[in-house]
Amino acid sequence: MKFTLDWLLEHLDTTASADEIATALTTVGLEVEGVESQGKALAKFVVAQVVKAEPHPNSDHLNICKVDAGTGELIDVVCGAPNVKTGMKSVFAFPGTYIPGKDFELKGGVVIRGAPSNGMLCSAAELQLSNDHDGIISLPDDAPIGEKYVDYAGINGVVFDISITPNRGDATGVYGVARDLAAFGLGTLKKTDFSPVPSVGKGPIAPLPHQFSGDEPKAIRKFAGRYIANVKNGPSPDWLQARLRAVGLRPINAIVDITNLVSLGWGRPLHAYDADKVEGTMVLRNARGEAFDALDNKVYTLDDTMTVIADDKGPLCLGGIMGGIRSGVTEETTNVFIECASWDPELIARTGRKTGIVSDARYRLERSVDPALTEPGMELATRLVLELCGGEPKEPAISGEDVFANTVVEFPLGEVRRLTGLDVAPERIEAILTSLGFVAEGSGDTRTVKVPSWRPDVTQKADLVEEVMRMVGVDNVPVEPLARLNHVAPRILTTIQNRRRIARRTLAARGLNEAVTWSFISHDEATRFGGGTEDRQLANAIASDMTDMRPSLLPGLLSGARRNANRGFADVTLFEVGQVFLSDKPEGQHTYASGVRTGTAKIDGAGRHWLGKAGAVGVWDAKADLAAVLDALGVDIEKVQVLPEAASWSHPGRGGRIALGPKVTLGWFGELHPAVAAELDIDGPVAAFEIDLDALPEPRKKATKTKPALDLSQFQQVSRDFAFVMDRSVTAASILKAAKGADKTLIADVGIFDVFEGVHVGEGKKSVAIEVTLQPRDKTLTDEDIEKVSAAIVAAVTKTTGGELRK
Amino acid sequence: MSLETDINMLRADLSAAIAAADTEATLDAVRVSALGKKGSVSALLATLGAMPHEERKSAGPAINGLKNEIAGLIETRSTQLKGAALEARLKAETVDVTLPLPPAPTARGRIHPISQTIDEITAIFSDMGFSIAEGPDIETDYYNFTALNFPEGHPAREMHDTFFMKPGPDGVKKVLRTHTSPVQVRVMQKTNEKTAASYLTPSQDPPIRVVMPGRTYRNDSDQTHTPMFHQVEGLVIDKDSHIGQLRWVLEEFLKAFFEVPSVTLRFRPSFFPFTEPSMEVDVQCDRSGSEVKIGEGKDWLEILGCGMVHPNVLRNAGLDPDVYQGFAWGMGIDRLAMLKYGMPDLRAFFDADQRWIEHYGFRPLDLPTLFGGLSS
Repeated sequence: MKFTLDWLLEHLDTTASADEIATALTTVGLEVEGVESQGKALAKFVVAQVVKAEPHPNSDHLNICKVDAGTGELIDVVCGAPNVKTGMKSVFAFPGTYIPGKDFELKGGVVIRGAPSNGMLCSAAELQLSNDHDGIISLPDDAPIGEKYVDYAGINGVVFDISITPNRGDATGVYGVARDLAAFGLGTLKKTDFSPVPSVGKGPIAPLPHQFSGDEPKAIRKFAGRYIANVKNGPSPDWLQARLRAVGLRPINAIVDITNLVSLGWGRPLHAYDADKVEGTMVLRNARGEAFDALDNKVYTLDDTMTVIADDKGPLCLGGIMGGIRSGVTEETTNVFIECASWDPELIARTGRKTGIVSDARYRLERSVDPALTEPGMELATRLVLELCGGEPKEPAISGEDVFANTVVEFPLGEVRRLTGLDVAPERIEAILTSLGFVAEGSGDTRTVKVPSWRPDVTQKADLVEEVMRMVGVDNVPVEPLARLNHVAPRILTTIQNRRRIARRTLAARGLNEAVTWSFISHDEATRFGGGTEDRQLANAIASDMTDMRPSLLPGLLSGARRNANRGFADVTLFEVGQVFLSDKPEGQHTYASGVRTGTAKIDGAGRHWLGKAGAVGVWDAKADLAAVLDALGVDIEKVQVLPEAASWSHPGRGGRIALGPKVTLGWFGELHPAVAAELDIDGPVAAFEIDLDALPEPRKKATKTKPALDLSQFQQVSRDFAFVMDRSVTAASILKAAKGADKTLIADVGIFDVFEGVHVGEGKKSVAIEVTLQPRDKTLTDEDIEKVSAAIVAAVTKTTGGELRK
Repeated sequence: MSLETDINMLRADLSAAIAAADTEATLDAVRVSALGKKGSVSALLATLGAMPHEERKSAGPAINGLKNEIAGLIETRSTQLKGAALEARLKAETVDVTLPLPPAPTARGRIHPISQTIDEITAIFSDMGFSIAEGPDIETDYYNFTALNFPEGHPAREMHDTFFMKPGPDGVKKVLRTHTSPVQVRVMQKTNEKTAASYLTPSQDPPIRVVMPGRTYRNDSDQTHTPMFHQVEGLVIDKDSHIGQLRWVLEEFLKAFFEVPSVTLRFRPSFFPFTEPSMEVDVQCDRSGSEVKIGEGKDWLEILGCGMVHPNVLRNAGLDPDVYQGFAWGMGIDRLAMLKYGMPDLRAFFDADQRWIEHYGFRPLDLPTLFGGLSS
């Protein structure tokens, strides 16, 4: 909200400077967003006289002028304004001056059709003072040549711009701001004359009937109207125009300007109707789907939740929001009907939202306006109309009832100290509350506090504490250390938080870059990656590719990879550790750790290097990343199931699932399915994995685990190699399991050191070579012992795999 | 020909042969030709047996002397040759150590500034005795608004630019949480239900000290707003926690986070439905240069909102506001990161541009701790 210093001074008797006022405003919670000198942009313009103006010989509309701008020399200026004439005084800009209405800096030494021109005589539009661009500004003859125009015209005032929080409807007028400043100790609040203005008989408009049926939403509470006959409307006086312009409003005519003055000055919105344009009876009712031509020159379709002021022809005004064009007050208006009404803030807010109309009335009424100001506001407006436009006020037309909260709070004064730590004397607390309009009664430790009608936001003790605190100043609250715990801090991170942290650092240590991508993705992507159900869709998405909560991190990472590729980086490593949404329930939110490698972005580096050229990324890179994270989180990939079951996004023959038992899936890895890659517009190889960090087994309850005793055998290990030929479809996992099972005490380890296929092992066959490590426990192995276990291994592997030992 | 002549000739021949041998193999051939079973020196030694005693007395030492002399020469030459061979091998094995290696994986992978900042925040608050709590991103209207004392239809709800979820099968009104404050209620409220998900922190009894980082969402996108961003919420509940302590916590946190010896804060009364009194906090800074410097200068920068937890919120969570009281605050993680590390554009945070992550990211093992220094 904007207001000028001189406007404030009409409500506040103070000697404080603009700086002191700005500091005080922020301290009491009316945050100053800007303090501007109104004339700052116009500081370089001066008053000047056109000493001579004669027609330009080479033009039919230009004049060549000699201008006296108080510099001691006459300045040559070519001027195109139709009203320029010898002897007139106007506003002059020297070369180098910024012209706000034109948004350029004036050049000097220019020649216009052969005549030199060193400056400019300006119109009001060029100074952005009004829309008048029909000619240059004409100043009275006594305007002093050479003086700064802003000083001469008195447009050098200070403009404050403050931000009002939604609870402070009372501060949406300059008067309310002054009340806060007075309570803060910055001066004395000046009272406004709200006294009734005598009437001259009854007006032609009767109190407006409230035409609502039982359970209809009814926004109107009390409607006060006043018919004023025979007004002389016209432009409002300069002081009022200047005041409105200073805060960014366009003066319209005296009556409309008065409604704006009361709205901004007292936070009490009004509306004025041209009474002669009202047809039939004025009533209050809800709209009936009518189209409404509003004063902002737009047409709105109103519905039956919105209250209107209507006549026989339809809505005249959308209640509490904006008036209509049909009954708008113009300079020709002679009979006016002034409305000052009290509305339900919630319903005003709802109508405002539905129509999208942003008006000064809505801004105030949805924050709530003092219900005690309905009739006084009408009287004030009447008085101002009489002052500026004359006329005969008729008897007020009043219907409905205001709603008063009449809140009373039992306020133990110790609450101030309890909640803030501030020691404030009881007298000071009382004084603050009183100056804010509260009535504090009683003595001792507790006061019974009556809340003023303009502060419906104050309902309980804590609200009163805030009132006291903001007047004392939060900066005066003594800082007190929060006591340290009297024990070592318990565990700070939960298991899942710890897992995320470890997963992140592990993946980064493997050369992957951490990305943070949107939680919402396109519907197609969500569906492709296992989501897309309605419960995970936004009702009001911000963009068509951000509609669905992601069921997987991969779409975001793959999109990121594609953007990098489009920038010319084909070798990309990205990972994310973040939330995915398997349903709309809290338990449907899991944390995944996922990563992608594209092109040749292998762990040892991408692209060509003198040490060797990196090959395309593939399933093994994905499996290695996944295994590294599992290992970092205490899960040995050798001890969980690696199943040849590809994820839906994966190449069916180059992807696997990591499982723990029949029910729990820990993750997936693989190469991106070529069809998915094509859908996502991604070229080249992609290796990807995802791990469900929530699916990992919970750690044991007891945090500290004793390690099993270290069993070091004194006998040397022996190793033996075997090669088998078997069907191509036999999995390595089954071979290893069979070999290990042949002798569980003696066999310490089994590794695969060679796998190959080729014509000499047979069509559809493969050869797998394993190395078995034997660890004797109680004696050195004899050849016979080794023979025996070897035979068992061969038997077990051939039996499980259906293969045979290669000779 | 006398024996002495034979010995001298042999010595001369063999010495020359040994000196001429330029490989271990030719030297060994000389050794065999001299000292081998059929070697020339061995043959001479063999003549001793047939000699008369007197003759042998003088011939023995002479021949043995030759043998030892030759063996010594061979040994010396052998050592020479071995040394030369090693030297030649080392020379041949020499490489250009200035050839660059590919960067190690740890030199390539980077942690996103948001994760790093959350880790930094965690490190500081853990020292003050706080633990970390979380709530769901898809939140019920109740937790996001109602429980936090946002009345239906209140303009403050509108200020949140809320993302609404399409109605799900359970018919519960859900939104994408517009702030991390709903976690406050989840932490405070008494519930007999088992926590539905492992990340949801079980409710706690006072005294409570938690910080709650997470993703938040608003339907807003421009130069300085993204529809998704990150906030961290703090909550302290006890029987005597007041604004004086709130000021201390925030000052200490900001000092530690920005790693400056002091910060000056300005508390402005403000309005949030879920706190009373409510305040916004500005930090003094210097904005004259290209980057914002915290802890110096004369400008103010709004950095967070805070206040005493509203009595209605305490009641909604089942706590008696005449017994328990406390304070809460919330601030933007992305914004803290931008202020500390100088990223100019919020939107780039979520673009997954590899160049950006490499430039603004952190080394995998730069784990922020208080004992090791927050940022190294």
